[in-house]
Amino acid sequence: MTISPDGIVVFEWGWLRLTATVVWTWAVMALMTIGSWLITRRLQTGTELSRWQNLVEVIVTGIRDQIRQVSHQEPGGYLPFVGTLFLFIATANLLNVVPGYMAPTGSLSTTTALAICVFVAVPLYGIVYEGPLAYLRHYVHPTWLMLPFNVIGEISRTIALAVRLYGNIMSGTVLVAILVSLTPYFFPVVMQLLGLLTGMIQAYIFAVLAMVYIASATSAHERQRAEDDDGDSS
Amino acid sequence: MEGLSLIGMVSVITAGITIAIGSIGPALGEARAVDRALAAIAQQPDESATITRTLFVGLAMIESTAIYCFVVAMILIFANPFWNALSQAAGS
Repeated sequence: MTISPDGIVVFEWGWLRLTATVVWTWAVMALMTIGSWLITRRLQTGTELSRWQNLVEVIVTGIRDQIRQVSHQEPGGYLPFVGTLFLFIATANLLNVVPGYMAPTGSLSTTTALAICVFVAVPLYGIVYEGPLAYLRHYVHPTWLMLPFNVIGEISRTIALAVRLYGNIMSGTVLVAILVSLTPYFFPVVMQLLGLLTGMIQAYIFAVLAMVYIASATSAHERQRAEDDDGDSS
Repeated sequence: MEGLSLIGMVSVITAGITIAIGSIGPALGEARAVDRALAAIAQQPDESATITRTLFVGLAMIESTAIYCFVVAMILIFANPFWNALSQAAGS
C-alpha cells in the first residue's frame, strides 16, 4: 500500500527522478495557469459577462472579503499570496474526483514547501509594511524574556501547518485504501465525499492561518500607534 | 529474528495506544468548542458567519493534535525506522 505519492516514480533518467508528487503538482499548476489565462484573455466590463468570468469574479471577491474580515486590513497586498495558496490547495484536493489522481498535498514534501512559503512570507510582509526595526521589535514585544518563545513559536507553527495539511489529506487516502480492501463499492465513496469536504476546509484553514500569521506581523505597528495616540489624548 | 518480532509487536501495540489516547482529548475538546459555538449562534444568529469561521479554524487547530497522533501511528506501522534498520541488518 502506498501512503504517499512520493513513493511512485513516474520517470527516471540518470540522477533525475520524477515522482508522482511533482508530476501532479505540475498538472495542477498547468490546469490553473492555462485555465486562468483562457478566462482572463478577454475580460469584459459591460453587463454581458461570460460565465467563466463571472465564476472567477465570485472567487476573487470572496477571497478579498475573507481577507478583509480576518485581517481587518485592505486585502490588496495579501491577495496574490493568500489567494494563490488557497486556490492551489483547493484545486489539488478537489481534483481527487479524477480517477488515478493522487493529491500532491498528500505528500509531506509539498505541504512543507507551502508552509516554508508562509514562514518566509511573514517576515517579508512584516518588513515591507513596517520596516525592519519595527518588525524585529515584534519579537521582544512584552519583554526580552519572550524572545526564545517567539522564535520557537514561529518554527513550531510552521511545522504544525505542514503536518496538519499532510495528515488530513493522507488520512483520507489511507482510509479509502483500507476500506476498499475491506468493504468495496459503497463505503469508500462516502469516505471520498468526506475527503472532498475535508480537503476544501483544510485549504480554507491553511489560507486563513497564513493570513492570521501575516496580519500579526504587519498590524503590530498600527496597534502600537493606536496605543500611543490613546496615551497622548488622555 | 527475536529482536525483529519484538520491535514489530511493540510498534503495533504502541500505534494502537497512540491513536486511542490521542483521539480522546481532541474529541472532548471539539465537543466543548461546538457546544459553545452552537450556544453562541443560538443567542446571536446575526453573528453566525464570524462564529462559524472561528469555529472551523479552532476545530482544525484542536484536531491537529489527533492528526499528529495519527501520523505517528502511521509512521510506526508503515515506515518504522527501527524495523527498517534491523531488517536490513538481518538481511545483509
